[in-house]
Amino acid sequence: MVKLTIDGRKTEAKEGAMVLDVTRALHIFIPTLCAHESVSAYGACRLCIVDITTKSGRNRLVTSCLYPVEDELVVRTNTPQVIAHRKMLIQLLLARCPESKELKDLANKIGVNSTPFPIEDPAKYHNCVLCALCTRACAEVVGQSAISLVNRGVEREMAIPFFDNSDACIGCGTCSYICPTAAITMTDKKGKRRIEMPNNTIEFELAKCSVCGRYWLPKKQIAWMAKKSGQPLEFFAKCTSCRD
Amino acid sequence: MKVSQRQLKAKIKSILNRNNNDRGMLVSILQDTQAEFGYLSRDVITEISISLDVPLSQVYGVATFFKAFSLVPRGRHQIQVCLGTACHVRGAEKILDTVERELKIKPGESDPDLNFSLETVNCVGACALGPIVIVDGKYSGEMKIEAVKPLLDGCK
Amino acid sequence: MKRLSSITELETFRESIIKNYDQKKLVVNICGGTGCLALGCSDVIKAFTEEIANNKLEEKVDIRVSGCPGFCERGTILTIEPQNIFYQRVKRKDVAEVVTKTLVEGQVIDRLLYADPATGKRIVREAEVPFYTKQKRLLLAHSSQIDPESIEDYLRFGGYAALAKVINGMKPEQVIDEVKASGLRGRGGGGFPTGRKWETTRHAEGEIKYVICNCDEGDPGAFMDRSLMEGNPHSVLEGMVIGAYAIGSHEGYIYIRNEYPLAVKNAATAIKVAEEHGLLGNNILGSGFDFRIKISRGGGAFVCGESTALMASLEGKVGEPRAKYIHTSEKGLWDKPSNLNNVETWANIPLIINNGAKWFAGIGTVGSKGTKIFSLVGKVRNTGLVEVPMGITLGEIIFNIGGGIPGNKKFKAVQTGGPSGGFIPEKLLDLQVDFDELTRVGSMMGSGAMIVMDENNCMVDMAKYFINFLLGESCGKCLPCREGLKQMHHILTRITDGKGTLADTELLESLARTMLDTSLCGLGYSAPNPVLTSLRYFRDEWLAHVNEKRCPAKVCKALITYNITEKCPNCGLCVKACPEKAITPQGKKKPVLLDQKKCIKCGSCYDVCKLDAVLVK
Repeated sequence: MVKLTIDGRKTEAKEGAMVLDVTRALHIFIPTLCAHESVSAYGACRLCIVDITTKSGRNRLVTSCLYPVEDELVVRTNTPQVIAHRKMLIQLLLARCPESKELKDLANKIGVNSTPFPIEDPAKYHNCVLCALCTRACAEVVGQSAISLVNRGVEREMAIPFFDNSDACIGCGTCSYICPTAAITMTDKKGKRRIEMPNNTIEFELAKCSVCGRYWLPKKQIAWMAKKSGQPLEFFAKCTSCRD
Repeated sequence: MKVSQRQLKAKIKSILNRNNNDRGMLVSILQDTQAEFGYLSRDVITEISISLDVPLSQVYGVATFFKAFSLVPRGRHQIQVCLGTACHVRGAEKILDTVERELKIKPGESDPDLNFSLETVNCVGACALGPIVIVDGKYSGEMKIEAVKPLLDGCK
Repeated sequence: MKRLSSITELETFRESIIKNYDQKKLVVNICGGTGCLALGCSDVIKAFTEEIANNKLEEKVDIRVSGCPGFCERGTILTIEPQNIFYQRVKRKDVAEVVTKTLVEGQVIDRLLYADPATGKRIVREAEVPFYTKQKRLLLAHSSQIDPESIEDYLRFGGYAALAKVINGMKPEQVIDEVKASGLRGRGGGGFPTGRKWETTRHAEGEIKYVICNCDEGDPGAFMDRSLMEGNPHSVLEGMVIGAYAIGSHEGYIYIRNEYPLAVKNAATAIKVAEEHGLLGNNILGSGFDFRIKISRGGGAFVCGESTALMASLEGKVGEPRAKYIHTSEKGLWDKPSNLNNVETWANIPLIINNGAKWFAGIGTVGSKGTKIFSLVGKVRNTGLVEVPMGITLGEIIFNIGGGIPGNKKFKAVQTGGPSGGFIPEKLLDLQVDFDELTRVGSMMGSGAMIVMDENNCMVDMAKYFINFLLGESCGKCLPCREGLKQMHHILTRITDGKGTLADTELLESLARTMLDTSLCGLGYSAPNPVLTSLRYFRDEWLAHVNEKRCPAKVCKALITYNITEKCPNCGLCVKACPEKAITPQGKKKPVLLDQKKCIKCGSCYDVCKLDAVLVK
């Protein structure tokens, strides 16, 4: 176990844990956008920055999602400098995605309600903040890597290959579940699933449960599950609620 | 240049073999592929993904990240204007403007007949002799505005 | 050609090369570097081959295509052995005369000699050219006499003796101690103590370790690494083998930027030749130590000069950096301990091993040892590569070696450190160049690009240039860099368009603070440096732009107008030159008329007018 101090509180943590894990356990509020327990840490949004001083006296700002706990580490999550930077970061985000409810809520929470930067056309980025949770989840959790970040710099965006190849997408919707700003949305209606992404909309035919008749999963996803599990397709004829 | 699917597969295979079928060499593989085919078409990107066993989204992501790669056909002649700092300080922007006017295209574009493509480069390392214009791999240093037209007339 | 399987065989081979080298034979060394290529050296080389054949001199004269001697402004450069005659600005049309007058008749051609600008005196020998005499050329010492494709030339000048010394009886820890004691700091820009990096990598957990050479040299204006890799690749290879031995690595990579095709070619040749001679690959010099090197090319991304982005690219991924809270010496390429060093750092290793750490530490300042190669470019008379001891002042480099500002213009600023560095004004010209001093004034050493600016450069425009550059090169992963650069660019464009306000400069400074403290990698957190130093040292120019909508240097297009004055005698040159046909003649002896509405401020009229009749306001 490692002994460290967070906001004046002495605490312990397992070696290998990240500072953010510890602050979460202590219910200390640190805003995040690109961190999620199901996927590897990425360090892109920078919102989780904290002020640290190591045992040797080195003081700097680090992203808590990627900084491993150390013995005698002193962490301060709310210094005026940290707060000022968080505000600037949110202001940059508000300009980029002016219509995102989640961003506005986050902004309110840290005391920001306007941005000095020119507001983008909401249709440009479609609420996407390039947190890459969707691409990481698709690669690491689902294993399909159907989507990736393409282009570079200010032109970076999330897309399916060639902006039109959805072959690898099985319609599971993991990306929409994990998206923190609703840049990806999923609607099931009349036997069809629509997944709307910033650059593409992909449609899937849903399978009907042989027992209750409700449309439950895309046929493509079922085919994929059958292949992965080795179970025959018939196994998936019943939805999970109707299976014994 | 039309290449049959079989020829394409064979050429890609030989490029991959040359690079030890090593996924880590993806950037080098894409370089070699672009040198072979002139640009990275959808077909070659897809074939590389299959043969190298790397997700298509990753190959596509890498191909669109690096400025060296073109996913659209390029002209027979490649014209590059260096916009590195030393060249900028010596008036590279004006040279670029002149080149754009002569060729009637902007950087990243090719003319409709695919005779030439124009690119800007961020430093080719001949900084002491800026501004630099490179035509089909041949370097011309200490470029002057008056010298642009004669240089480009060769590829029109 | 035999594979050398022992140190004795290496020394015997070397002795025979030296013995068989005819010191009296005529050799024409022609620079084949990319710089001289841009000035037509391939035509010169071809012409020499033809003329020598025509004059039936093949037996008497050798042609050697050599590495870059550094004095690029005077290219194409020839050095003729054995007299070491230095000819500059050689063109194809001069070759026949060089062959007959100098090679055959033994006479010197005055007009091809370098003339000392102070005295007008013609200088014959390379060693006496003032550009060189004030330098301390250790890494570039033999560049004009080494054919990069030949290992014999490198051996003749003592190449691979350091490797032999190491393998002959130095333990890895001793090698590391020597490098530590030398005080060598990374030459790529970070300035991290090299010995300490090697030590960390050596002690890191795991059997598999990698050694990497960073030849991405993305800083525009920098070409030191290009010159070393093109002109003397064996010096880099030797350094890498020694490093691999010290660290315990058997696999190395040289990552060369895509824009350096000649460096790729010469490095590949050097690797092949070194392997053939048993100096690389399996069982090096019969020692039992194996080390192989692979070359990997970049794809046109400045960010791949950052070590973790470079390693991502080596793994076939996009060049996105990652957090370095866990150092790459512990977990780098493929999560294995990896030691990455810059080309120039590697090239210093054989020198340190051969001459000793104490010798190396005797050069330079307290905090920065050894020499540094700078690429001196921009508004300076003598442009090229300059190798000087750390501690020399900026003024000495720019004025004594560089020859000052051409065209009688006034010095304004020098930019060091590439896009991560800053502008240094005239009042700081006696700054002693070293890592810590440059950082102290808001700039940094960086890779060594030194770009000189004069009164005709606008410091707001230059700040915008760097932000624009970084905007195109940012990987886009982290928020402060991607969005911050975008917003900085908007603000700077407004300012140079005459629409900026004082509040804009304040917002720039706030943005800069966040980018500095929260960006993921060096690209982002050093991006504000050019803007901040420009604001710090040239505030009056910024104030003129925002308060008066005026560009004092007359560069920002939106803030200047071109005007035809009464001096104009209607010669018609500008009428022809104007791409928008905005200038019309008004009749004999009357000045031409420039239609401001059509004028795109390209400056063509100003450039062609020989009578000073175009005034820029």
